Amino acid sequence: MTVMTASRRWSTHVPGAAAAAIALAVFVAGWKALVVLTGYPPFILPSPELVLERFVSAWGDGTIGPHALRTLYEVALGFGLGAGLAVVVGYVLARLPLAERLLSPYLVAAQATPILALAPLLVMWFGPGMTAKIVISALIVFFPVAIATMVGVRAVDARLLELARSLRATRWQVVTTLEIPAALPAIFGGLRVGVTLAVVGAIVGEWAGADRGLGLLINLARGSLFDIPLLFATLLTIALLGIALYAIVVLIERTLVGAR
Amino acid sequence: MSGQMGAIGRIELRDIAVSFASGAGSSSGASDGARLIALDGVDLAIEPGQVVALIGPNGSGKSTLLRVVAGLLRPDRGTALLDGNPVDGPDPRVGLVFQEPRLLAWRTTASNIAYPLELAGVDRATRRARVAELLTIVGLEAAAVQVPSQLSGGMRQRAALARTLALRPEVLLLDEPFSALDELTRERLNLELLAITAHTPTTILLVTHSVQEAIFLADRVVVLSARPGRVVADIAVDLPRPRSLGDLDAAVVSATARTVRAHLGEAAA
Repeated sequence: MTVMTASRRWSTHVPGAAAAAIALAVFVAGWKALVVLTGYPPFILPSPELVLERFVSAWGDGTIGPHALRTLYEVALGFGLGAGLAVVVGYVLARLPLAERLLSPYLVAAQATPILALAPLLVMWFGPGMTAKIVISALIVFFPVAIATMVGVRAVDARLLELARSLRATRWQVVTTLEIPAALPAIFGGLRVGVTLAVVGAIVGEWAGADRGLGLLINLARGSLFDIPLLFATLLTIALLGIALYAIVVLIERTLVGAR
Repeated sequence: MSGQMGAIGRIELRDIAVSFASGAGSSSGASDGARLIALDGVDLAIEPGQVVALIGPNGSGKSTLLRVVAGLLRPDRGTALLDGNPVDGPDPRVGLVFQEPRLLAWRTTASNIAYPLELAGVDRATRRARVAELLTIVGLEAAAVQVPSQLSGGMRQRAALARTLALRPEVLLLDEPFSALDELTRERLNLELLAITAHTPTTILLVTHSVQEAIFLADRVVVLSARPGRVVADIAVDLPRPRSLGDLDAAVVSATARTVRAHLGEAAA
């Protein structure tokens, strides 16, 4: 059994990693080709090696670090808060049809309102500190996770619910031992989307006004510093942050959902 | 209250009637306005330790009757009594094995078997001991840490049976438990079921589609009519225990089978 599992991991992961490496190489080569062919100056489109160099130096001299740490903090809190609330609300929406009918117009409206328009308002209300970013991040995470939870809980096999009833499970036991574990794959689908959106939320919030964070650094690099390679290095940092957080969610998913 | 002293696992059904709102898709059968009558006036008494097979045409309400006894369904009329007390909900003294294994896909075999004990608040050490015992009884020791997707159909249904036995029920209700399995697996599981229940005096009410299976397992074969379901025959099986697969060739089996089939013919008409 272990041999089989191991061989399955090989077959899915190694070509996956190889494909990712090839895709990255193609992307970088295309970028480089564009720089060489068009001859754009570095302040329009810096070459990949220049960006990499600036990325290394800016991390080395502490230009990016504190900003990245702040953004990570906001994302983690925003994601935790938003996803946590969303699972609870998603469950209620799944089990109380009246709640869904009453709440869904507001949820959809909140989701349809561009976060870009909402961000300055929230920064005005909560100030330039972390609170506004956490709220924005939580807000943007909420919808996909709530919907995924609702769909997942609704899809729980009614026959399993009957089994639990025949075993005299309490309402809470049904939730914890049956509905949540059964809905977990669906919930993680929402969390995967949510975690990348959490990064977007925090950056947009910082963009609208902040004293620290990667969104602020983008504004600084583009404006007062006019350091376009730093701008690209910051974008690279944001992308890597997103990838890392996504990978963590997938890792937790593998541990919790595992082999079914 | 009115129960016999010392009687455990005695089931008594008095004038049970159940109807359903006839929704889309259920166009056949007798209907009373918008209601579909599944059972109408079922009387049945099962003595402690007796094995009764319920057989009848599709839609005769066999599974419905099982759900009434299990306390999952409240009848429109009549009462179901367990040891003389009315059934008013699922009862730990009653174990139900469904047509499908209904295992939790994210739990191992052992953990699935432990599930009812967990829900009942049994402590970890007791749970572990009981699960080990059950794994041995159903022959799944080697599959203890596997998840349901790694098990064969027969193993899954064994695990489901072990899960039902976990709380040591007085009454075992089986809803066509092995019907999804192949003939050979099914015969073997039927034999094992007899062996398992021979140890502990258990009242068994089982639903089946197979006349042969009914006779092989049961002391009595109860034939239900087509919808609305009523008891049309109650046939004693005069086959000594312990039984073996060879007994299926006995003259009494074929004679009983003829009687059951004759009543089934009436029931379907």
